[in-house]
Amino acid sequence: MDTVTNVSARGEIAIELRGITKAFGSVIANNNIDLIIRRGEILALLGENGSGKTTLMNMLSGIYHPDSGRIYVNGNEVFIRSPQDATRLGIGMIHQHFKLVDVLTAADNIILGAGKGFLLRRNRFEEARKVAERYGMYIDPEKKIYEMSVSEKQTVEILKVLYRGANILILDEPTAVLTPQETQRLFEILRRMRDDGCAIVIITHKLNEVLEISDRVTILRRGESVATVKTSETNAAKLTEYMVGRPVTLKIERPDTKPTERLLNVYHLTVEDEDGVTRLDDVSFSLRGGEILGVAGVAGSGQKELCETIAGLHPIKKGAILYKKENIEGKTPREIIKLGISMSFIPEDRLGMGLAASLDIADNMMLKSYRDPKSPFTPRKAAEEMAKEVIKKLDIVTSGINQPVRMLSGGNVQKVLLGREIHVNPSVLITAYPVRGLDIGSSYVIYDALNEQKKRGVGVLYIGEDLDVMLELCDRIMVLCHGKVTGILNARTATKEQIGLLMAGATTNERYGEEVVPNE
Amino acid sequence: MNTIVNFLFAAIKAGTPLLFGTTGEIITEKAGNLNLGVEGLMYMGAFVGFLVGFYTESLLLSLLAAFGAGVLGSLIYAFLTVTLKANQNVTGLTLTIFGTGFANFFGEMLIAATKGGAPKLSAKFSAKLAEIQIPLLSDIPYLGRALFSHNILVYLAIIIAILSWAYIKFTRAGLYLRATGENPAAADASGLNVTLIKYVNILLGGGICGIGGAYISLLNGNGVWNNGCVNGQGWIAVALVIFASWSPAKAILGSLVFGAFTIFQVRAGDFAAEFPALSFLSSIPNAIYVMLPFLVTAVVLIITSITRKREGAQPASCGVNYYREER
Repeated sequence: MDTVTNVSARGEIAIELRGITKAFGSVIANNNIDLIIRRGEILALLGENGSGKTTLMNMLSGIYHPDSGRIYVNGNEVFIRSPQDATRLGIGMIHQHFKLVDVLTAADNIILGAGKGFLLRRNRFEEARKVAERYGMYIDPEKKIYEMSVSEKQTVEILKVLYRGANILILDEPTAVLTPQETQRLFEILRRMRDDGCAIVIITHKLNEVLEISDRVTILRRGESVATVKTSETNAAKLTEYMVGRPVTLKIERPDTKPTERLLNVYHLTVEDEDGVTRLDDVSFSLRGGEILGVAGVAGSGQKELCETIAGLHPIKKGAILYKKENIEGKTPREIIKLGISMSFIPEDRLGMGLAASLDIADNMMLKSYRDPKSPFTPRKAAEEMAKEVIKKLDIVTSGINQPVRMLSGGNVQKVLLGREIHVNPSVLITAYPVRGLDIGSSYVIYDALNEQKKRGVGVLYIGEDLDVMLELCDRIMVLCHGKVTGILNARTATKEQIGLLMAGATTNERYGEEVVPNE
Repeated sequence: MNTIVNFLFAAIKAGTPLLFGTTGEIITEKAGNLNLGVEGLMYMGAFVGFLVGFYTESLLLSLLAAFGAGVLGSLIYAFLTVTLKANQNVTGLTLTIFGTGFANFFGEMLIAATKGGAPKLSAKFSAKLAEIQIPLLSDIPYLGRALFSHNILVYLAIIIAILSWAYIKFTRAGLYLRATGENPAAADASGLNVTLIKYVNILLGGGICGIGGAYISLLNGNGVWNNGCVNGQGWIAVALVIFASWSPAKAILGSLVFGAFTIFQVRAGDFAAEFPALSFLSSIPNAIYVMLPFLVTAVVLIITSITRKREGAQPASCGVNYYREER
């Protein structure tokens, strides 16, 4: 195992890839790629979805093997056959989907497969804490994984890799599940590790993060390395051009519409989860036709419960939700859909709710309309027509309407879901994290689709995480913190800092665009 | 008072095969494999243990043979589910049918080959399974008779349960076992050999189930082989795993409770005779008593499935085969 490098090793080449090619069947994922990873440096690997970033890095972590090309670690040619080989070379990869055992403690996950001795000793907790402290991280080593937030889990994953002596760290889309604050904390840790002499690769498609954290950027496009540039010598527009292959305007449209009547009125809504913990606390707001109301907040602030309650999936403890003049309390999801409330709720795993992964696109179209003609047979013909329309309208890349949804890439899955929801002509559309993990091109298709709905007079509730996007796309932004509304701001005038404070628990009396203002 | 002491004594005896089966199945399920073949494994252990005891008159060989039969039976299961990734439920059920048939088929042959048609263990062999009075402890009034004057297999069952509990909770191998059953992908990514861990623990669990079967054939039939002797106790053991919330230590208590229900049918009359207030017990039809352990099993399954915290729950990947390539 390599010893941890010190500051003097900074700038040395840790890994060099020469002419790496990897094909899956007839699809060439990586074509003759050269890449250099240096110690004491953060390298961003930038590219749209499907450009081959993760495939390339998986060859360093021992999951895939290159068809041709050479890998050099510390100047020696190596063959990485398994994750264990990678560990021995000091390479650690933090995957996008965490590989942790939920019911075990943080410390047990960290030492899993790496510690020695017959018995488990108490000092494993202390050991885990020490590894964390060395890199300025904090964890409770005795806390169970299932009690942890996403960012804590990520910390455990990083520590697991460090505990095994890794000094070359690869992170696959590490910020996809983090809040802005958590992202900042992660970046601080990465900088500290860089200054400690580690080599760090961060796979991402978020430009602002590339510009903020990296020292160098290598851009991949369709499996080829198109450029490597110093971060200090580039800008967002140039990077996008490399990524997409043509100049792209990064401005999100916000068409000016005249908001119409209040479609959805939420009065003093309080809900509890199964354990009796209050998840939404006296939430009041309204949603008009022809506007996009953004909902901002740290993950777990009540966004999920808000969506589920409006959709009729979660019981109401106190308060009321009125659709136009009708109280939806006690109505079944089916009745609520009939009213014209359409929900495309995308939880952390995209296929969890809303789509059935193994069914094809046409069958998924039917999930909402299967009852319509009252016949014992499903209306497959109509669903096929609808699937074709949606594919065309939203530019979905697929082999056809019979392709199972789970075979589609993330962006296309998202489009299928949104396409189905829009197709039923809803008057209220609820969408949560619709662009999570999507590349720039797909994101803009989604933004355009939402704007089109807004222009048609639909009220859109947009639960998001990227504040920059929300400030450009939404008309108003409601901020949730621990289930309470801490403010509703005009998105045209609000700032990121303002929203950040509200997300952290500061409150304001501002209820822009609302009739009811809280008394306090 | 004697009635109660005798009842407790008999309940512990009746619970012992259940404890073996439950401990074995807990270890198996901790590795992420739901083995519904416990009944079959116990049958195989019952017959092979009896056969070896019958011919060799050695208790040690008999127990080793029963353990070996359980290991072999679960090897079939492990090969099918771990290596060939066959459906665990179907494989387990098949193993139950196979094991039952195996024991009754060869059992019938043994009966046919024995003069008088009743293969009986020798007095010398049965003497080895006599009750042992533990010095001092067995002199405690009432409790001494109920708890400390049992045959050697009762103590063996409790020792195995406690060792299994310590293995799962305190050893590194136990941690690896838990990780494999909870999230084999994470275990694999951490460099553990998931296949090896599954095999070792499934075979170990199967062997322990086999000893449970031997207990039934060696002790419960007065030393005479009976076809159909296991009679559903393997199924109760599977349910007891849930009752014990996957802890071999809790299984000790659980098997005592269920042992009590299994023998209640024969003891109800004693209670009715001793306590006039309970005289109604003797007027309940026998069929109700025979049904009781199964009824209680069903009730327990319902109650325990309502609420449960994460630690006492079934291993998350139990029943699901692990494919490395699948994301």
